[in-house]
Amino acid sequence: MKTVLILGAGTAGTMMSNHLRRRLDDDEWAIRIVDEREEHYYQPGFLFMPFGVYDERDVVRPQRKFIGNGVGRIRGKIEQIDPAENCVTLASGERLDYDILIVATGTDIAPDQTEGMLGADWQNRAFDFYTFEGSRRLAAALKDWKGGRLVVHISEMPIKCPVAPLEFTFLADAWLTRNGLRDKTELIFVTPLSGAFTKPVASKILSHLLEEKNIKVVNDFAIGSVDSDSHKIVSWDNREVAYDMLVTVPTNMGSAAIDRSGLGDEFNYVPTDKATLQAKGHENIFALGDATDVPTSKAGSVAHFEAEILTENIMDYIAGRELSAGFDGHANCFIESGYGKGFLLDFNYEQEPVTGTFPIPGLGPMQLLRETRMNHWGKMAFKWVYWNMLLQARPIPLVKPELSLAGKNLQAASRETATQPIHN
Amino acid sequence: MSENSIIGIAVDLDESGYLTNHDQWTPVIAEALAGEEGVAPLTDEHWKVLKFIAEDYKERETVPGMRRMNKVGGIPTKDLYRLFPDGPIKKAARIAGYPKPASCV
Repeated sequence: MKTVLILGAGTAGTMMSNHLRRRLDDDEWAIRIVDEREEHYYQPGFLFMPFGVYDERDVVRPQRKFIGNGVGRIRGKIEQIDPAENCVTLASGERLDYDILIVATGTDIAPDQTEGMLGADWQNRAFDFYTFEGSRRLAAALKDWKGGRLVVHISEMPIKCPVAPLEFTFLADAWLTRNGLRDKTELIFVTPLSGAFTKPVASKILSHLLEEKNIKVVNDFAIGSVDSDSHKIVSWDNREVAYDMLVTVPTNMGSAAIDRSGLGDEFNYVPTDKATLQAKGHENIFALGDATDVPTSKAGSVAHFEAEILTENIMDYIAGRELSAGFDGHANCFIESGYGKGFLLDFNYEQEPVTGTFPIPGLGPMQLLRETRMNHWGKMAFKWVYWNMLLQARPIPLVKPELSLAGKNLQAASRETATQPIHN
Repeated sequence: MSENSIIGIAVDLDESGYLTNHDQWTPVIAEALAGEEGVAPLTDEHWKVLKFIAEDYKERETVPGMRRMNKVGGIPTKDLYRLFPDGPIKKAARIAGYPKPASCV
């Protein structure tokens, strides 16, 4: 009996376990999946919790409901991976041997990476919405909000779901307006980027939207510290932004176990071949989802497309063939813009987001890079798709792992300057 | 891409003034670019940063970010801001002859 060991039962790991269980012979291959938690979180829902759109019941389910029969679940904290011995040690001391290892340990916030971020203001005036607990506390704090300076802040790129801070800002604008607090609130968006977003065409459109909504933008802000005494964030070049409430996206980092195992880069992400998803330098280790360093967005849609590609490559690897499937960096992201509207972005390593129709070329019903109600409903419907189709690794009609250029207006992008994207 | 020159030497620059062909880069051009960026003359400390960018770019085909400069290059952020004020990565990348770090995904 041989073993595929999957580290992490989040979006990526759960999907991989279900894909592989369907493809691998039960008599030949055991599939085991390790996670320290019992709960599975619908992470896109964390964005909506602060505004009371979703509550706990929308975003939390038991992991076991999504992991199929024939997959061994192991609850435990990963201590270390030993590629030379083909084994993983848990904090309990238990040793798990593998023939193939799939790393799906994700990424998490690391507020300790910024001086003072965990000071007196943390969870009092300074919040995150990238964790279940953070979003829950932020929801409670917003109930008491009477006005003042509300600062939405990104610490350092790359982050999971790079559009989420913008979405939070747009939703906050709408929520404040609805609650009669918008004219009492100065809404400020602080980013280390030079624009609103990482991709030129989308950045221009989103910058315009921020301006329209009277949201002040502070660009090129590399945070040095948080000062809880005077409630300010301070940049390395000594610029200061005062806040009454800070909603920050702390530095995102991969699992400390990756660091302990010497398998990570400076963010504890696994250096991974961006096409085959094989870990660089280890032929029986593969990585997908937020845990890799591949230069596309850290997003559930990416994990979904990668899982399809990686399943094919693992079948090739087992059969002793050359890895035949190549991931193109495809990401598909909704952007909530408030008032029941939203945008949709569809892009990959090479093609930045442009306008067009999705998923049916020329028809839609979703409009790319335009603000529509249908895009918002797409995002809301996605919660059902996630819980009922995506995690079970059921095919989603019309949505393919490779980016399709059909239905996209490509002239818009070519008019922009093509600057080479740089990844930290 | 436009034909341009730096101190009389013909080079290809993008619209932000970054070299588009690293083969055209020389230490003399670096010194001239450093002048434009207001950080000339280049000291040994500057060169340590520029050399790290060059080594890392060769390996990963991307300009290292701040955390990589700290952790892999061993250069603290406060030193980078002292050496290349107002946007150290962008300035150092330009002087080192590599593309403008647009951003990350």
